[in-house]
Amino acid sequence: MLKVAGVTKTFEGFVAIRDVHFSLEANSRHAIIGPNGAGKTTFFNLLTGHLTPDSGSVEFEGQSIAGRPPHRIVRLGIARSFQRINIYPRLSVFENVQVALIARERRHFSLFRLGRPLYREETQELLELVSLADEAAGNAGELAYGKQKQLELAIALAARPRLLLLDEPTAGMSPQETAEAMRLIDQITQARGLTLLFTEHDMGVVFGIANRITVLHHGEIIATGAPDEVRNNAEVRRVYLGTDGHGAA
Amino acid sequence: MSGRVSLAVGIGILTLLALLPLAGSRYAIDLATQVLIYCLFALSLNVLIGYAGNVSFGHAAYFAIGGYACAILLTTYNWTLALALPAAVVLSGVMAAVIGYFCVRLTQIYFAMLTLAFAMLVWGVAFKWREVTGGDDGLTGIKVPTLLGNATSYYYFTLVMVASGVALLWLICHSAFGLMLVAVRENAVRAGFVGVETRRLRWVAFIVAGTFAGLAGALFGMYHRGMYIENAFWTESAQVLIMVLLGGMYSFFGPLIGATVLYLLQVATNQFTQYWPTVLGLILLVILMFLPDGLAGLAARFRRAGGRN
Repeated sequence: MLKVAGVTKTFEGFVAIRDVHFSLEANSRHAIIGPNGAGKTTFFNLLTGHLTPDSGSVEFEGQSIAGRPPHRIVRLGIARSFQRINIYPRLSVFENVQVALIARERRHFSLFRLGRPLYREETQELLELVSLADEAAGNAGELAYGKQKQLELAIALAARPRLLLLDEPTAGMSPQETAEAMRLIDQITQARGLTLLFTEHDMGVVFGIANRITVLHHGEIIATGAPDEVRNNAEVRRVYLGTDGHGAA
Repeated sequence: MSGRVSLAVGIGILTLLALLPLAGSRYAIDLATQVLIYCLFALSLNVLIGYAGNVSFGHAAYFAIGGYACAILLTTYNWTLALALPAAVVLSGVMAAVIGYFCVRLTQIYFAMLTLAFAMLVWGVAFKWREVTGGDDGLTGIKVPTLLGNATSYYYFTLVMVASGVALLWLICHSAFGLMLVAVRENAVRAGFVGVETRRLRWVAFIVAGTFAGLAGALFGMYHRGMYIENAFWTESAQVLIMVLLGGMYSFFGPLIGATVLYLLQVATNQFTQYWPTVLGLILLVILMFLPDGLAGLAARFRRAGGRN
């Protein structure tokens, strides 16, 4: 589904991503793990058009997408959430999702038709899916942190993607919220037949949901494979899993 | 304010305005005509400021382009109003499209300064292109159709034009486009990632704002039977910006309140003192310190307090 070949990205001399080759199978749940600063978010940004690679290619279903602007990439069927909350704080929860639907249906240049009545049902369904229906009328900026994360998910799903990229979907959540969020993500990706690519720091979550794992370290891929292979990989244990508190799994 | 209440208030105000000439005061009619024109001007600017979140410091440019274009077509080329006015409005929109194409590449203070730079160029053209614009003598003796020759009929013409403009702008601001514009103002990055060409969206907002400013300018020129280079000067851009701030940029109707209050205050102040700029400075000070959401925001605060009791 997604093929990355020889991608490198440097920031003022610092190599954030070095010669990465990566391929993502359709219908997989692929986790990208690695210590802080390993380049996970940069990698995501390269896939979704936020950054342009210095070299190398990124192909989605056979089409080159490296360097295309985000709005084009979304239209091909890739949606993402962000590590740090990225919503419209002064719009209502409802409108946060509604504008995503307006964008998906390309109605955002329709100047002479009222916006409020558009896609209300589908908005409502998406909010129910992430359990935010009761908060629909409130300001998105006033939601609790965990709920803002859920809202992010609803916004990403509104694009009706085939590939969903989640950057640290449980960052900042309590253990209980994390469990709930992951159950929800699991359920939604299965029900909608989505391919999932996500980064995560909680190894319990990673090994609980992923069927394939890639380990990034200093901007390079040091291992990729099924969870058990990765867990038993000597180098991964050395640089990441075994040496610090994350190694619980 | 719910939709039905604002509609009722709108119809009420429109009825009062329609009945105003019955009061028989020529002064009131003159004042009201100018207030209406400034209302449309301020409302057009707020598409950029309040909705798109882009502060333009050169909005007088499009007001002047519309005003000069209509005046020149009527007077130099003897076009009928039915052609000259639409042509002037379209030209303002086209010029806004050309200038906006460059401006929307920037944001924040850089955007503001670029709009200012282009507005100064427009002023420069009006100043230097003497054979067409009259230079610093201004363009005087504008030929207005005899039908609109007296104050009352021109007032009604302005009322119809401004009311239509306000209605259209209301629709645009409450359309899918308007909603998306607010989303881009709130978080342009996120809007890009749901599939919005954010720059193009801001460009369309720029064109809408310029077009309606052009209509206001055309009405202004015909009312005064003249256009002057001061109408394109940056102080005009600043004044309409203050109107928007005073009324409240996060309310659709705010700029109408701001334009009305500021213009009437200016007229009143000028009767007592020549220190209007000082008064204006004081007003600005009060807005920035105590009324961040303008008079509309103040009204909303009172309503909320009333609702609690």
